[in-house]
Amino acid sequence: MSALARTRFARAAWVIAWRQLHRMVIKPTTFLLPSVLMPIFFFVAFAGGLSAVGDAPNFDYPNYTTFQYVFVLMQSAVFGGVFAGFSVAADFESGFVRRMMVATQTRSAMIAGYAIAALGRAILVWVVVTVVALISGAEVSGGAGDLLSIAIIAVFLNIAALLFACGIAMRLRSLQAAPLIQLPAFLLIMTAPVYVPRDLIEGWVHTVSDVNPMTAMLEAGRELIIGDPARTLAAIAIAAGLIAVTVVWARTGLRRAEAAG
Amino acid sequence: MSGGNAGEANERNGGNAGEGSGGYGGNGIEVEGLVREFKKGPRAVDGIDLRVKPGEIYGFLGPNGAGKSTTVHMLTTLLPPTAGTARVAGHDIIKEGPAVRDAIGVALQEAALDPFLTAHEHMRLQAGMHGIPKAEARRRGERLIERVGLSEAADRKVGGYSGGMKRRLDLALALVHEPRILFLDEPTTGLDVQSRTALWDEVGRLASSHGVTVFLTTQYLEEADALADRVGIIDDGRIVAEGTPDVLKAEIGRPTVEAAPAEADALERMGAVLERFGQRSPAPQGSAAVRLDAGTGELAEVVRALDAAKIRVANLEIHAPTLDDVFLAKTGKHLEGSADSAAPPTGELEALPA
Amino acid sequence: MSQIGYLAQRSLTRTLRQPAVVVSSMIFPLFLLAVNASGLSAATDLPDFPTDSYLTFALGLTFMQGALFATMGAGQAIAQDIQGGFFNRLQLTPLRGPALIVGQLSGVALQGAFQAVTYLLVGIAFGADLEAGIAGALLLLALAMLVAVAFGSLGLALGLRTGNGEAVQGAFPLLFVLLFLSSGALPRDLIANDWFQAITTVNPVSYIIEAFRSLLISGWDGEALALGFGCALAVLAAGTFAATAALRTRMART
Repeated sequence: MSALARTRFARAAWVIAWRQLHRMVIKPTTFLLPSVLMPIFFFVAFAGGLSAVGDAPNFDYPNYTTFQYVFVLMQSAVFGGVFAGFSVAADFESGFVRRMMVATQTRSAMIAGYAIAALGRAILVWVVVTVVALISGAEVSGGAGDLLSIAIIAVFLNIAALLFACGIAMRLRSLQAAPLIQLPAFLLIMTAPVYVPRDLIEGWVHTVSDVNPMTAMLEAGRELIIGDPARTLAAIAIAAGLIAVTVVWARTGLRRAEAAG
Repeated sequence: MSGGNAGEANERNGGNAGEGSGGYGGNGIEVEGLVREFKKGPRAVDGIDLRVKPGEIYGFLGPNGAGKSTTVHMLTTLLPPTAGTARVAGHDIIKEGPAVRDAIGVALQEAALDPFLTAHEHMRLQAGMHGIPKAEARRRGERLIERVGLSEAADRKVGGYSGGMKRRLDLALALVHEPRILFLDEPTTGLDVQSRTALWDEVGRLASSHGVTVFLTTQYLEEADALADRVGIIDDGRIVAEGTPDVLKAEIGRPTVEAAPAEADALERMGAVLERFGQRSPAPQGSAAVRLDAGTGELAEVVRALDAAKIRVANLEIHAPTLDDVFLAKTGKHLEGSADSAAPPTGELEALPA
Repeated sequence: MSQIGYLAQRSLTRTLRQPAVVVSSMIFPLFLLAVNASGLSAATDLPDFPTDSYLTFALGLTFMQGALFATMGAGQAIAQDIQGGFFNRLQLTPLRGPALIVGQLSGVALQGAFQAVTYLLVGIAFGADLEAGIAGALLLLALAMLVAVAFGSLGLALGLRTGNGEAVQGAFPLLFVLLFLSSGALPRDLIANDWFQAITTVNPVSYIIEAFRSLLISGWDGEALALGFGCALAVLAAGTFAATAALRTRMART
């Protein structure tokens, strides 16, 4: 790509992202509130309602609120991507994607634009969740490097989720894509160690969580936030691996959409 | 920053190789054997050849489902063809998609706009997608919005726009990167007469004063007649006739007389009388029609003959040849919607006393 | 009476003709049951936890969840009727308001019963307890139907008032909040947060879940059952009142 082509790509990606972010400002009840309220709600229900679980024998993580705070961070990273996927599907349904496809020189600028917007929204959600978590007693004792690592994992996870959702939306090109985007994301989240550390889970969820990539990210995040990092690089590598796979998934989805008109 | 902008503008213009050199490469369209098949369906486009000269307005006329939109989607790089080739502005639509997209402006049938954005915001978005710097985008946007008469509404959300306003905005958006070729897919479908005429004026002006080539699809004969320098008639994915509106009409040549008797049982006798003046042609229920053998001068004789046969006439019309006649002659079918959009009859006599 | 019969039949066939809707509204609670039974099993190690099977404990929430889905079903159905014009045709008949409400809710009751039987069978198959025995199972079924109808009447009121399927759908998160801010995941006296405990204490859904749970875990607990049935009846009364009022407004309006 020439320097000019890169500049044009960046401009196109930015205005497409701007459109999504702009909607959140002018119609926050539709385009922003659900993605903020959902993680807050889960945080309240889990950190508030289940805090006694932190007192269970062998539960050796120091603070249940912190434990759930990290879960909600990662969950909102995934769901930020999922919600953005709904926008892509809706844009196919309205024909807006055609406008973008015929105007952008390099069409992957569309995906980049949606990704920037998804990340922007996720950052806002993370700020709100963090404020709520700190007020309700989450403890952050990790250093700057630890927190930066958490941020990297969350950002990677958000991008991977968005790319996955884009891939589905571009293959189905209608709002019927919504449940197919949501369900795998939901399965991924719920079969990770959500309520208790992995070694306290009995039964099938334990088996599934051993192979669930979310597990590594949740566990690394929970270790990092209390300043006791152990498997950070592995988690970052897994998150980057997810991006590598989903980027192919999204690009082939874009090719499919191009071939179908 | 401004220096960089100028450089970009130059590079963009530099891409217009061959413009003004008279060849079809500059801003013409060349299509050869274009085919598109969809899974589980007939060929939507079944081998189309056409050439559009630079600066020409080409009208692509056909009924719903004839393959007009599919052709536009292929020529605008939205849909890869199953077979055949096309060059738009000198660039291959399959191999040089980005270069084609740079040279063309497109207003699609659905005119998909974002209801939550204003006209100005749409301009910003559209210009940005084309890679136009912000300051330049604002300048062009203002001018275009004014040109299509939306200045007053420019800061209102598009969700509240009328159909005509949306189409006008869509046209303005298609022009933001100063394209050399404009594709308009059924630009006036669903518009009232006033909005339609306004849009025609604008398209005509673009072609004449800016030298923009226009490829326009329509199912309105009137539209093709009023706007197009040349018309291609498409039916079932094939071009069945092509030429200037005048040449096409001259091929068919002769006016049609259509009459309805006051008593339904006189229809057959009326048909027999009319047949003395020319060849039968299709007519609406309860009427008979013939294409006159000679000129319109015979209308008086037709009236006298009907009178002599003691047939009371409820309605008698003479139609100048229209593109619908061309369409009918070539395909054996009327165009959809031609009844309300065809040119008004040149002469009309109602409820002649017997 | 025949009016009720006709509407009930229509409501039932509509439910049965949408197996995808019925099944998906059953799969989700079962999935959550499976996840929680495994994922939260450590909670049974807490001192004073009433059972050592978290599956048995979580089953109470599952019954409640199924009933909440019925709410959406009832609201969506009437909203579709209003949007599709069927409601206008009904108005031209000498139909009486109560007949409409009773008829619409009978489909909901059937769906509620069907779901409850499924949940119970699945639960028992995976080793859940049923202390109250066969008679308890019947009572549990009755409670499930009552709860479905009670929340169904709320959905009906919402559908009648808004006449819009999307608006009904929009209320779904609200039901989720009721469900999660209840004693569904932990016994109320084990909830460590005072404010959370306070919320669950005023949430009627807690008492309904506890009634279900009492039949599974402790057998016949008169107080829990009385509270559960009482809350369900109160919801039913409120829902029916709201639905009747909404119906009257709509009849007058159109």
